[in-house]
Amino acid sequence: MTTLPATREFTSVQIADELPELQIPLTRTLIVATAIATRDYQVVHHDPTVAAERGSQDIIMNILTSNAFVGRFVTDWIGPNCFIRSVKVRLGAPNYPGDTMIISGSVTEKNEQTKTVTIAVKGSNSMGDHMNATVEVVLP
Amino acid sequence: MSTTAADIIVDTTPQEKESFNAQLQAFVGLEIGEPVLAPDEVNAAMIRHLVETVGDDNPIYTNTELAATSIHGGIVAPPTMLQAWVMMSFKGPKLTGESPYEKMNQLLFSRGFTSVLGTNSEQTYERYLRPGDQLTMRTVIDSISNEKSTGLGTGHFVGTRQDYYDANKQLVGSMLFRIFRFKPAAKAPISKPRPARPRPATTHDNQWWFEALNEGVLYAQGCGQCSQVRFPTGPMCPSCHSLKWTKVEMPLSGSIHSFVVAHYPQVPSFDYPLPILLVDLDPVDAPGGDKIRMVMNSADTDLESLVIGARVRIDIRSTDPDMKLPFAIVETSSSNGASA
Repeated sequence: MTTLPATREFTSVQIADELPELQIPLTRTLIVATAIATRDYQVVHHDPTVAAERGSQDIIMNILTSNAFVGRFVTDWIGPNCFIRSVKVRLGAPNYPGDTMIISGSVTEKNEQTKTVTIAVKGSNSMGDHMNATVEVVLP
Repeated sequence: MSTTAADIIVDTTPQEKESFNAQLQAFVGLEIGEPVLAPDEVNAAMIRHLVETVGDDNPIYTNTELAATSIHGGIVAPPTMLQAWVMMSFKGPKLTGESPYEKMNQLLFSRGFTSVLGTNSEQTYERYLRPGDQLTMRTVIDSISNEKSTGLGTGHFVGTRQDYYDANKQLVGSMLFRIFRFKPAAKAPISKPRPARPRPATTHDNQWWFEALNEGVLYAQGCGQCSQVRFPTGPMCPSCHSLKWTKVEMPLSGSIHSFVVAHYPQVPSFDYPLPILLVDLDPVDAPGGDKIRMVMNSADTDLESLVIGARVRIDIRSTDPDMKLPFAIVETSSSNGASA
């Protein structure tokens, strides 16, 4: 990468624009590596035996990582010269190893005054919705 | 602290419930404990570790030169990484039992609300963080719901608000975090439809025998030539080699010749432990009529009453809508005289 990738401008983004789908294979390595990279040492994110004792069928992805994927998903589409104002996530079905999370999203609102767009993001896995997120981004 | 089922306080009267709720609500607005100072400054290494694992190629996080040409003016941390800077150390939290958060949890644990599930994370960013930022986090108990029932069980939603400040005490971001503290609902037993019993391997020589069972009759086979009674069924008399045969109705009673109790491997169509009996049927008046034995399962019988020589009566029962089989029921003193 020698130049900064382009960034979508506020005027070029329209309500109902769909973001390209992102598929995340949920490997055991990914779930453990992201938990440690977010300094989350809770056993349910790396120890399947203890996770099972606590009633979970396996280890689960931590919330900080779901947040990080939302951020990546949005800026992959918009580009680097934006400012993420807020990320609001409602959590559902856990992300277990061996599954795949499919992240999709679309633009739902535009605020002309603040040049802010609202993007609804959904992460789903084989059990249903892992998360429903609302992201506010300020565009140039 | 451990809470066993025996220790759980159950509030039954409206007054008790109200008093518990009032105690809970008293925690709303309290700071959960001391402010948390991030153990590390915001730094390029931790940023890189995270963006590498989540595959985020945005150059503003890792590429010094390109980040300098962006609106951010240099390397910044992914905004969604806010929480990672203040995560508790590997050793876990310092518990004193005295902080409002611990006391709130103790109160919830005392009612059996011991399980936890994160339900909402709402982050708002005032500015992006840069390497060198030193964060402090303050957490306030924001809301505690009344008791709610969900698919997971009953419990209380607990919302906390984390405010993140830089070294100049300026707010850089906030998070509303909601968890559900609950008493797990008793899991309903998984009810899978039981598979049907394996079908008997029927042939030209034995199909009539199984069909007769479906009509409620237990037969052995008799020789059409020498009258010798035999079982299992077959095309030829082992005694005189005649191919002629007749049906010989057998009495529905006998005694246990031998038995085994199967524990393993378990086939889903059967209940275990599974007794398998070899039954000496009571005699019929014909050559060999006193030597007929059949294999069958038992029914309505304790394992303790399975004894070699014990008297059994035989009941022909439906195992599936399309199949009937004989079952041996041990005659104990209490079941004597009971009619089928």
